[in-house]
Amino acid sequence: MVDQQNTRKRTIDIVNASLKRRYARERRFKAMGLGAVILGLLFVSALFVDIFSKGYTAFVQTHIELEVYFDPAVIDPEGRRDLDEISRADFRKIARAPLAKLFPEVTGRRDRLALYSILSSGAPYQLLDMVKDDIGVIGQTRTIDLIADDDVDMLVKGHIDRDTAAADRRVNDTMIGWIDRLEQLGLVKKKFNTRFFTNGDSREPELAGIGGAAAGSFYTLLVTLALSFPIGVAAAIYLEEFAPKNRWTDLIEVNINNLAAVPSIVFGLLGLAMFINLFGLPRSAPLVGGLVLTLMTLPTLIIASRAALKSVPPSIREAALGVGASKMQTVFHHVLPLAMPGMLTGTIIGMAQALGETAPLLMIGMVAFIVDIPGGPFDPSTVLPVQVYLWADSPERAFVERTSAAIIVLLAFLIAMNTFAVIMRRRFERRW
Amino acid sequence: MITAETVAAEGELTGTKTRSERGSKALDNDFETVGNVRVADPRMTCTDVNVYYGDKHAIKNCSLDIAQNQVVAMIGPSGCGKSTFLRCLNRMNDTIDSCRVTGEIKLDDQDIYDKRLDVVPLRAQVGMVFQKPNPFPKSIYDNIAYGPRIHGLASNRTELDEIVESSLTKAGLWEEVKDRLDQPGTGLSGGQQQRLCIARTIAVEPEVILMDEPCSALDPIATAKVEELIDELRANYTIAIVTHSMQQAARVSQRTAYFHLGNLVEVGETTQIFTNPRHKLTEDYITGRFG
Repeated sequence: MVDQQNTRKRTIDIVNASLKRRYARERRFKAMGLGAVILGLLFVSALFVDIFSKGYTAFVQTHIELEVYFDPAVIDPEGRRDLDEISRADFRKIARAPLAKLFPEVTGRRDRLALYSILSSGAPYQLLDMVKDDIGVIGQTRTIDLIADDDVDMLVKGHIDRDTAAADRRVNDTMIGWIDRLEQLGLVKKKFNTRFFTNGDSREPELAGIGGAAAGSFYTLLVTLALSFPIGVAAAIYLEEFAPKNRWTDLIEVNINNLAAVPSIVFGLLGLAMFINLFGLPRSAPLVGGLVLTLMTLPTLIIASRAALKSVPPSIREAALGVGASKMQTVFHHVLPLAMPGMLTGTIIGMAQALGETAPLLMIGMVAFIVDIPGGPFDPSTVLPVQVYLWADSPERAFVERTSAAIIVLLAFLIAMNTFAVIMRRRFERRW
Repeated sequence: MITAETVAAEGELTGTKTRSERGSKALDNDFETVGNVRVADPRMTCTDVNVYYGDKHAIKNCSLDIAQNQVVAMIGPSGCGKSTFLRCLNRMNDTIDSCRVTGEIKLDDQDIYDKRLDVVPLRAQVGMVFQKPNPFPKSIYDNIAYGPRIHGLASNRTELDEIVESSLTKAGLWEEVKDRLDQPGTGLSGGQQQRLCIARTIAVEPEVILMDEPCSALDPIATAKVEELIDELRANYTIAIVTHSMQQAARVSQRTAYFHLGNLVEVGETTQIFTNPRHKLTEDYITGRFG
C-alpha cells in the first residue's frame, strides 16, 4: 500500500517537473508565432505608409484661378458658332491673356513664354470643353480654375526644394516669384483631382490619369472571368466527379499543379506566339490580355474548385444517388450549389491575382503609351499594374506621386476583392 | 415459417458443422453458409457474390435471398462486410473506384450487374437509407419532392403535394412538420432527420429499401420510432437492414444473416438465430463473447 502511494507520488513529481519545461516550450512557440505575425505586419505597414505618404498628394491638383474672357474675335471671328471651326480656334491665347494681364511687367517673347508655362498645356482644352458644353459663354468673362503645369504643382505641394541651387532646380527663381505672387493674391488653389480618375495616360503628368488603364483592366478581367470561370469549373467538375482515377488523370493533375507554378512571363510568350502571331488577334488588346490571364488563372481556379468539390460531404452525394438521381443530377442539383461559395472564393482570388499581373501583358504589347480610353476589348489599352510600371519609369517628379496613387487605387481594388471573398466564405461556409 | 427447403438444409447440416468447428476464426474461401439462404418468394437473389476493394477480398462467395415483404437483418462485428454487401444491392459500391463485384445479384430475375442495366431506375426501385441522417440542405418539402421530381412521378403540383404528404405520413413525420414544410430539413432533430430520409426514400415508391445502420446515430426514443416505422413499412416494402444492435435485429427482422470477416456464416429465421444458433461463430457473437 505504502509502496503504491510512493509510486503514485513519484509519477506526479515527474509530471510536475516536466510541466514547467512543457509550458516554457509552448510560450516560446507562441512568442515566435507572434513575432512572425508582427514582423509581417511591420513590413506591410511600412509598404502602406510609404505608398500613402508618397501618393496621397496626387489626389489633389494645383489650379490657377483666372478671369478668362472668351473673346469672340479669337474663338469665332466669323460669328457662325460652328463647333468644328471653334475647335480649331487658338484657345491658348484665351488662356494666356489673363496671365499677361496679371503680370504686365513681363515683356519680351521669352519671358512671356516662361510665364505662360505656369499653365498646363491642357488648360486651353479645358476652355474648349467649356465652350463645347455651353456655346453661350463666348463673349463672357468667367472665373475659372485653370490647371497648372506639373512643375508648378510640385512647387506648390513642396516637392521641389527651394533651397537647392537654381541650376539643379526644375523651376527657376523668376517662376518662383510669379507663383508666390499668385499665391499672395489667393489665386493658387488645390482642388480634388478628378482628371486622375477619368483621363487616359498623358506625357504631361498633370493631365495623366488612370482612366484608360482602369478601363483596360476592367475589359481584361471581364474576358478573363468570362473564360476562366466556366472552363475552370467545368474542368474541376469533370476531373473530380466524372473522370476515372487512372494514370492519365494523375498526369493531368500533376500538370495542372505544375502550370500553377509556371512563371507568368512564359504565359505572355505563349500568348504572343499563339494569339497574336498565329491567330492574328490585335496587339495590345484586352481580349488577348484576358486570354493570357485566363491561361494563368485556370490552374488556380481548377485547384480551388476541386478543393471546394472535395469538401462537399459524400453523404450528400449518396443521398442523391440513393433516390435515383443520375450522376449529372447529383452534381448539378446538390454538389455544385454546396461547392459554389468555395469556387467563387477561388475565382475572386484568381481574379485579384490576374488584376495585379504585369509580366505576361508586357509580352503582348499592353505596355504601350495609350492616351485614348479603350471602348471595348478590341481597343489597344494598358492595365493598372502596367500603368504603374510605365509611370515608375518616367523621369518627371510629378509621376512619382501618380505612381504611388495608382498603386493605392490598385491596392484598394485588391483589398475590396479579397474582402468580398472572405465575406462570401464566412457567409456560405458549412450550410449542411 | 419453416419451409420445406429449410428442413432439407438441416439434413446437410452435420457435415458443415464439423468443418466450421475446426476453423474457429478465419474461414476458408470455399466455406458454405449454414442455414438456408434461399426462400420461397425471393425479391432479390444473390448468388456467389464476391466483392474486392483493390486487393482486399471483402465479401467471399455470399449467397442470400431477400424475401418479399420481409425484413432481413444483417449482423456481425465491425468490418465483416455487411454494409458492403448491402451496398451491392443497389450498386452503391459503383461510386468507389477500387471496388469490384463478381457473382450474380438479381432483382425480380433481372441481373442488376448486367452491363446494359441502367443504375438510375435500379436505385429508384431499390432505395437506401444511410447510417447518418443525410437530408439535403433544402426545405423539408424539397427533400421529399426531389426524387419524384427528377423521375417525373407527379404531373402537377397537387400530385406532388400528395406524394409529399403521404410519404411523410408513412414515415410518421407529417404531424410534426406539416406546418413548417418550407424550413430546412437540416434543422430537424436527428431522429426526425432520419425519418425524413426514410420518407424521402419511400417518396419514389421503391420496391426494396436498404437500411445501413439507420439508428446508430439516434437516441433510444427516436430508435423506437424508426423501428416501429420499419415494422409498418414491411407490409408494402421489402427491407434489408444492417445493424449493430442485436436487440434491434431481433425486434424488427424476420430473417437474420450473420456475417464474419467477409463470409456469410449463418442465415435463418430470426428467432432461430437468436435462440438456437447452429454455427459456433454465430453463437459466440450473439452471446457477446466477441464483437
